[in-house]
Amino acid sequence: MSTQPKGPAVEEQTLVTRTPREAGVGEGAAAQPYGPRRILVLGATSGIAEACIRLWANRGDSLYLVARNADKLAAVAADAKTRGASHVGSAVANLDDTSAHPEVLAHAINSLGGLDVAFLALGVLGDQVDAEKGFTAADQVLHTNFVAPVSLLTWLANYTAQRHAGTLAVLSSVAGERGRKSNYVYGSSKAGLTAFVDGLRNRIDREGVKVMTIKPGPVKTAMTEGMKGSGKFADVEAVAASLVKAIDRGDDVVYVPGIWRVIMAVIRVIPERVFKKMNL
Amino acid sequence: MVMPSSAELDFNTPQPTEAGAKPAGAPPFESWGRYPEYNADLKQLHWQGDYPKVIDGVHHGALAVGMGRSYGDVCLLKDGTLVQTTSMNRLLDFDPVTGLLTAEAGITLAQILDFAVPRGYFLPVTPGTKYVTLGGAIANDIHGKNHHHAGTFGRHITQFELVRSNGERMHCSPSSNPDYFGATIAGMGLTGVITWAQLRLKPIVSRMIDYQGIQFHGIDEFLDLTRQAENIEYTVSWVDVTSTGKNFCRGIFMQGDHSKVPAPLTVSGKPKLTFPIELPGFALNGATVGAFNSVFFNKQMKKRVNTLQDYEPFFYPLDAVLKWNRMYGKGGLLQFQYAIPWEHAREGTIAILQAVAKSGLASFLAVLKAFGDVPSPGMMSFPKPGITLALDFPIKPEKSFALFDRLAEMTNEFGGRLYPAKDARMTSTQFQAFYPQWEKFARYKDPALTSGFWERVVGGQLGVRGVGK
Repeated sequence: MSTQPKGPAVEEQTLVTRTPREAGVGEGAAAQPYGPRRILVLGATSGIAEACIRLWANRGDSLYLVARNADKLAAVAADAKTRGASHVGSAVANLDDTSAHPEVLAHAINSLGGLDVAFLALGVLGDQVDAEKGFTAADQVLHTNFVAPVSLLTWLANYTAQRHAGTLAVLSSVAGERGRKSNYVYGSSKAGLTAFVDGLRNRIDREGVKVMTIKPGPVKTAMTEGMKGSGKFADVEAVAASLVKAIDRGDDVVYVPGIWRVIMAVIRVIPERVFKKMNL
Repeated sequence: MVMPSSAELDFNTPQPTEAGAKPAGAPPFESWGRYPEYNADLKQLHWQGDYPKVIDGVHHGALAVGMGRSYGDVCLLKDGTLVQTTSMNRLLDFDPVTGLLTAEAGITLAQILDFAVPRGYFLPVTPGTKYVTLGGAIANDIHGKNHHHAGTFGRHITQFELVRSNGERMHCSPSSNPDYFGATIAGMGLTGVITWAQLRLKPIVSRMIDYQGIQFHGIDEFLDLTRQAENIEYTVSWVDVTSTGKNFCRGIFMQGDHSKVPAPLTVSGKPKLTFPIELPGFALNGATVGAFNSVFFNKQMKKRVNTLQDYEPFFYPLDAVLKWNRMYGKGGLLQFQYAIPWEHAREGTIAILQAVAKSGLASFLAVLKAFGDVPSPGMMSFPKPGITLALDFPIKPEKSFALFDRLAEMTNEFGGRLYPAKDARMTSTQFQAFYPQWEKFARYKDPALTSGFWERVVGGQLGVRGVGK
């Protein structure tokens, strides 16, 4: 058959040249105000990233996808290509290895022929209980969720600021707004990331670069499967649809679903003497 | 810099909850008839490579499930592990010239249509709902209004991957592992898990269907219309099963072809209505259903109606209201669908319709169709040349079960058979008479997989084994 769904590790996929409008059907097509955009997705096999990739592919954007697992990445890339992305490049990389970042990023930008959007969706939930028992587990969460994105963003900020253009969309979390006993290690990694991204926006927004702090509430994805109450979590397709619009606009701080802006405002004002006794 | 040894971007590690994998208070996975109700552990399959890892250590059998649109217990497994495929729904390849589409098995026909229709393609065969998965359509070898032209869904499947619980990954097609290809089509999910499949779509130039609705009175008028419609691609009839006397077996014969006049191939909108509540059990009774049937019949005042109709209401009238099965209340509904070969099709249909009318048990929707003689590659495929009738009833254990058992026996006597995807009642003796090839099929069954249906009709004869570890 022509594509093996579980093909060998894809280093660089072939260029698909097709005018986006030719295949340019599906939902996003009419709403796309900018023409095909060149979008780099880091952590492309995460549930939220994949749902966004489908919408971008539907409207014919150009994509470069980076993820660690070759089989999963191949499936996501095949889907994007089939849907009509103008171009799909991809690289298998473990982004925990910060020393490889400059090469991965340079290769991505060469493949895309420039960069309009970088979407950082890498992250792990980790295991709070393990992280309480010893530092190793916490270190892993902090490294993947905070240290690695800082390395990527430092490079990307300098690249985009020089050109006075681009959008850096970073997936943080509402969990970073207040530490809770059930997931404060994950939460602290996201708190660090939020502060870094907010600061970066303060530095390079004036250079013409949009820097976005994205804070999803709990979303139904593979990452949250089996969590208590996961049946009521937000639908990933709806979350992706609002994210794609927010990224088109380049909003500063995005809560998805929007209700979490209100929920977190309430949670932030609970006095600590009460909060510390709560079971959250 | 400390390099984490395994803090990988693995989003697939299930996060632990207190006791089991099922979140507290989660409702059990239901089939469309909402009967029987079985508890089972529900796991999501996100990636092809996660199977069979996801069933490691399972001891009470496992079964892949999709949208849960089969009516009875082919998609249930009491106290076992259900592996839901709907997150594994990627498109893998499409050839716009040949219409060959490759996709992961958890994709729904609705998702396929959203992709295919704007590109000028349509499903080669579609059932009465688009909310079924590709894998489920293969496993039940579903049929549609064009059975007399196109045969079953399985005929349009060119190849797929079947993964066995021992980890073996088999490429199946008419030429590669043809025996597993045949056993898996209509194999009720018991031969392994389908990870991806390729099907041949068919070209269209418009969303519209050239539709004709024709009133008929009695089985002979139905059979005449069937003969006259031989060259029309889609035919199906709604039949009033509540009326007796001169209105006995009255109905509307609905036929159509894809319009040949080019028109915009837009994507369908999303349904906005959800059936809001479970109706109380008494809401559907002889009086209300009889009234519905009369209204439906008389809605079409003229003997014959010609119109151009969008494919959504033509193929999927009930999909416009999500969760319409709630209409049947908490008890759920039973479906009954037979295929009786031509030899006894006429007398069998009359006898069964009489038995239904006499019972006074309401059937909301009764669908009558002639099956064609296009063979299916599926070893256990349901359709055969003759007449098929599908009925549904609200579940009232005393009455509806007795009627059911009687209808199943009549089907057997007329040389027909019942459709496992719509069954929750047939006995093991009946099943083995309907599908004498079952013993041959059982040789291809995966030892770790089983279903409520299989346990019921074959059960202890071929017990299920635990998996791995």
